[in-house]
Amino acid sequence: MAKFTGTASYVATEDLKVAVNAAITLERPLLIKGEPGTGKTILAHEVAQALGRNLIAWHIKSTTKAQQGLYEYDAVSRLRDSQLGDARVHDIKNYIVRGKLWDAFEADTAPVLLIDEIDKADIEFPNDLLLELDRMEFFVYETRETVKARNRPIIMITSNNEKELPDAFLRRCFFHYIRFPDRETMEKIVEVHYPGIKKLLVREALTLFYEIRDVNGLKKKPSTSELLDWLKLLMAEDVPVEVLRDKDPAKLIPPLHGALLKNEQDVHLFERLAFLHRRNQQR
Amino acid sequence: MFIDFFLKLRQAGVPVSLREFLMLQEAMRVGLADFDVEHFYFLSRSALVKDERHLDRFDQVFGQCFEGLEPPPAEAGPEPVATIPLPEEWLRKLGEKLLTAEEKAQIEALGGWDKLMETLKQRLAEQKGRHQGGSKWIGTAGTSPFGANGYNPEGIRIGQHESRNRRAVKVWDKREFKNLADNVEIGTRNIKVALRRLRRFAREGAASELDLPGTIGATAKNAGYLDLKMVPERHNAVKVLLCLDVGGSMDDHVKLCEELFSATRTEFKHLQHFYFHNCPYDTMWKDARFQPADRMAMADILHTFDQSWKLIFVGDASMSPYELIQPGGAIDSWNAEPGQVCLRRLLATYPRAVWLNPVPEKYWGGTTTIGLIEQLMEGRMFPLTLEGLDRAMQRLMH
Repeated sequence: MAKFTGTASYVATEDLKVAVNAAITLERPLLIKGEPGTGKTILAHEVAQALGRNLIAWHIKSTTKAQQGLYEYDAVSRLRDSQLGDARVHDIKNYIVRGKLWDAFEADTAPVLLIDEIDKADIEFPNDLLLELDRMEFFVYETRETVKARNRPIIMITSNNEKELPDAFLRRCFFHYIRFPDRETMEKIVEVHYPGIKKLLVREALTLFYEIRDVNGLKKKPSTSELLDWLKLLMAEDVPVEVLRDKDPAKLIPPLHGALLKNEQDVHLFERLAFLHRRNQQR
Repeated sequence: MFIDFFLKLRQAGVPVSLREFLMLQEAMRVGLADFDVEHFYFLSRSALVKDERHLDRFDQVFGQCFEGLEPPPAEAGPEPVATIPLPEEWLRKLGEKLLTAEEKAQIEALGGWDKLMETLKQRLAEQKGRHQGGSKWIGTAGTSPFGANGYNPEGIRIGQHESRNRRAVKVWDKREFKNLADNVEIGTRNIKVALRRLRRFAREGAASELDLPGTIGATAKNAGYLDLKMVPERHNAVKVLLCLDVGGSMDDHVKLCEELFSATRTEFKHLQHFYFHNCPYDTMWKDARFQPADRMAMADILHTFDQSWKLIFVGDASMSPYELIQPGGAIDSWNAEPGQVCLRRLLATYPRAVWLNPVPEKYWGGTTTIGLIEQLMEGRMFPLTLEGLDRAMQRLMH
């Protein structure tokens, strides 16, 4: 069995690797949680890439039903076809629309199935998928056939904690909480994304970044993806390191802060802090 | 194997089931942990913990079971652990894998494994005695008896070479998930989770249903060919009456209440809020400045908002007992009826009302009026923590 050890474009921490490999080896779903922007969804893409499997992504919305992942019977178009006298109407199979789970089950090599943001759906959604994820099979009532997984797909599920997931569902999964990366990991992540970026710039930018994260009362703390965007901007604008290092109170707001602070109130808060700071210095 | 560990986890309130435990066993059998303590820690964490709120508790129990850690202070753990269980076979295997032949010879010189284990246990016991009352871990920063015994010249610091220097403290010792535990007060990060807790309560799925008149109309327009129309299902929006205590002793909790308030405001379609000071009497205010123009008589409130509204009090319930039991006891104005009469009247209309108290639960016994109000509420007083909020929402529904 192939093991996941991270990829050239994804830095996986040791605990994440253990969790991913456990889920792959024991063929159980892996549930991933964590702050937004810490790479939950990307992980599935990277695992698929690293293991050379196909990725089947099923993005969940508030209106998604579990049944849609299996199959749907398009009764309306059958009715319409019968009105029009189409010959297709005699075979019900023509109106069974396959869902993502079916696709994953029928694939020749076991793919990676990503069920993205499972918490967006109705509370009962995970429960409706229990048996299917457990036995990796389901029954199509309309055609009286059982669809069974040829190879058990690697299932990765992400959640943003908007709803509690049912216990019975959780029992069947491995779980990993992606912690916000520490400085050391963060440096590796930056290196992976922008190889050869000026060392000094990264160091100063990271210092600023963690300082901003430490500010109390921010509505949305900047996360990894925001840092990467910001660095890209800093490079594009060719902002000199001195500007970042500048502790001049008049310029307390970081350059190109729009990439880091996504919330008007947060920007205001920052400006206010800068103002207070300046006043204190003048005294 | 590791049954003790499993039982301790359950004791500490981590909801692990047999199924997950067997899953861990299976994972061990196929060699996923490869006799590495850290890998075992990651693996068991991933298999047994399903909620980041329990990660911290798991870390503590893991530490206790595999290192001989002192139990956490009394309020967190049910009872102190008397003995330190040391999984001998585990350490033995670990040692065998890691030690070089030379080191093994050294160990033999010390009297062999059994002798060593004995010394080790003694040391652990000693160290526990010495650190009584503190929360120091055995095994940190080179004071480890493992190292002291020459068990492994590098201490029991197993893992990857690249982060060797960070390993002086065990991964689980860092307790990085502490701020995710659900019995801490609601903070800036946690409020978002709490907010979602309320959302679950406010809306239950967004189903759609067939719009029959619309479908008939559209089908007719479509020359008789079917054209289905769907409409979003109407769902029962929850109506919430939020009564907040402001001023006085509540000043300490302003930030917490502010956050709760902003959370409820975005979550409920029908939200009415009122302010009171210490205890609701015959008047409440729409505004926290208590201007006469913002007054609303209690009778009007009771008549305006019927039983379908859910009443939530937020207050520390800390006041002079006279405010509750004596007429005229209120500190702001003259009240003809004692506070508890007014409170009872409210509870008669909204029998499922809950009281959220920002004062930590363990201090409730120290204030008379908290006890009094808790009695009036028939036990429906909950601490203003995520976990308390969760319980409160459940009671409010049933």
